[in-house]
Amino acid sequence: MELYTPVLALLALAAGFAIFSVAVSTLTGPKRYNRARLDSYECGIEPTPQPFGGGRIPVKYYTVAMTFIIFDVEIMFLVPWAVYFDQLSWFGLIAVVLFLFNITLAYAYEWRRGGLDWD
Amino acid sequence: MNDEFTGPAIEWARLWPLFAVFGTALVGVAVEAFAPRSARCLIQSSVAGVGLAVALVGTVLVALELPERAGGAARGDVTAGGAVVVDGPTVFLWGLLVVVTVGGLLLFAERRVDAGLPVFAGQASLPPGSTAGPGGPGEPSYEDWEHTEVYPLLVFALGGMMLFCASGDLLTMFVALEILSLPLYLLCGLARRRRLLSQEAAMKYFLLGAFSSGFFVYGMALVYGYAGTLNLAGVAVAVRAGGGQEVLLLVGAAMVMVALLFKVGAVPFHSWTPDVYQGAPTAVTAYMAAATKIAAFGAILRFLYVGLGDARWDWAPLLWVVAILTMLGGVVLAVGQTEIKRLLAYSSIAHTGFLLTGVLGLQASGDLAEGQISSLQAVLFYLATYGVATVGIFAVTTLVRDPGGEAGSVARWTGLGRTSPLVAGAFAVFLLSLAGIPLTAGFVGKWSVFASAAGAGAWPVVAVAITSSIIAVYFYVRHIVTMFFADPPEDAPVVVVPSPLTSVTIAVALIVTVALGVVPGPLLDLAGHAGQFVR
Repeated sequence: MELYTPVLALLALAAGFAIFSVAVSTLTGPKRYNRARLDSYECGIEPTPQPFGGGRIPVKYYTVAMTFIIFDVEIMFLVPWAVYFDQLSWFGLIAVVLFLFNITLAYAYEWRRGGLDWD
Repeated sequence: MNDEFTGPAIEWARLWPLFAVFGTALVGVAVEAFAPRSARCLIQSSVAGVGLAVALVGTVLVALELPERAGGAARGDVTAGGAVVVDGPTVFLWGLLVVVTVGGLLLFAERRVDAGLPVFAGQASLPPGSTAGPGGPGEPSYEDWEHTEVYPLLVFALGGMMLFCASGDLLTMFVALEILSLPLYLLCGLARRRRLLSQEAAMKYFLLGAFSSGFFVYGMALVYGYAGTLNLAGVAVAVRAGGGQEVLLLVGAAMVMVALLFKVGAVPFHSWTPDVYQGAPTAVTAYMAAATKIAAFGAILRFLYVGLGDARWDWAPLLWVVAILTMLGGVVLAVGQTEIKRLLAYSSIAHTGFLLTGVLGLQASGDLAEGQISSLQAVLFYLATYGVATVGIFAVTTLVRDPGGEAGSVARWTGLGRTSPLVAGAFAVFLLSLAGIPLTAGFVGKWSVFASAAGAGAWPVVAVAITSSIIAVYFYVRHIVTMFFADPPEDAPVVVVPSPLTSVTIAVALIVTVALGVVPGPLLDLAGHAGQFVR
């Protein structure tokens, strides 16, 4: 049980801090409500068109997400292999080359189907 | 990392059908990337066809040279560090899956039933705007004529299914589950007509499927907590040794089973089935209904028999309840259905229940009476009869068409037997097989699973199964009666003449369904010859 005491203390501290901050800012902060303040916050730019009334959201970002996933998965397997590549010997090398081939194929597919063109 | 690394031994001679399938899918991706658009469809379907042929030949060759184990009671090998088990049941299921996928491929390539249009939409993201179009909700979308990714997706799904029923540990099983599921989610959303229904189906299937995958991973972690290994044979050793935190094992196994029962559509995890079967393009429904069930029952059998065979007094009562609920739920809900595909979906839920009844027939091989068929043999045989009839019956439903697409409503099929006796006759034979009427494959399948369950003492379940079968006969036969003994309406739907692709699929399914009903011996022997699972 003693092991968990610091964890619980930290939890209480964090919760206390959060409640304290919110409460104090509500009590002491200035209250000026306007349109910009009530809007959803999106990196400071104009929020993207709203889907109300049947408007459709552009989903271009999904190609960025796909590219990210491809490289993300690639690095996830490459780094452990690179660290131990001398001990993994030929088995590891062949496995990684096969893996790279497959993931490059996925990348080539995305490139050829226009995933890298923005417009 | 202090000791020498040794790579796992991989038995290429046993695994190459699996690699052939995945290789075909990768070639498909490359074709999609580099071949000119106009040639893609032809190249893709040929590549997939060649790949499936190679896989089928490979499966037969692998099956012929499986080494015997356990004094001839089983045959096969554990390979790839225990991750993949290639044994008799595995190659039986592989063969079945490839055959069903060939049927799916033929239906995918069909374009004559819809006036030269392929059955798939150009993009999964195409808006369902056609609801406001001149032709109403059924108006096809003409944008981006081809969606040729469906072929690699089909082959990837097959690869996942083949790995799913061959996996020797839970981690491989999970990866295979995802490989087979993701292409299917996407394929469901690709119907050219009724886009809204199709996208709804894909979304529901995806969300519920992802949720059930979460159950699988959590359950897998708990099983690991109990056994200290994810290997099914290792879990079996831990179960036999006993002791430990048994609650971890039971909760973990239950959660893994939730995911597997979701995939086969057992009550209470069935709610996605009717919506997805109805919304997906019928070619996909045909493939998915048959193949997913085959693969997932392969995995259920392996998980319960190999991993938890010695804990069967713990899981059997629960599975009794699920099997009874599934059979009764499926048939009772099917009675009120007015849509053909929803009717078939509920009937497939009932069939899941019958298959689960077969799974309950597990007995130690020493307890089997002389000449009694084992539960594994019964379930494998049932999967074959169900898979073939399912592909056939959905293929027939693509042929009866209204101006807005397939004539989905049961009422529209009234009097079809008078106008098109051939199509209605084929449909009737598949219905009779699904109902389990003698002289069709379904009867032998049902008889074998009921016999094996009864032999293991699951009498109450068998009694419910027989009752459900009788209720099921009611709605199957009711449909046959409306087809043959009523006059067709004025604006009867058109029965299109398909290309040889669909005709061959229906004809082969029909012949196999009847042949297995008359002479079931060879396939029953083959399923028996597959023997037990190799641990």
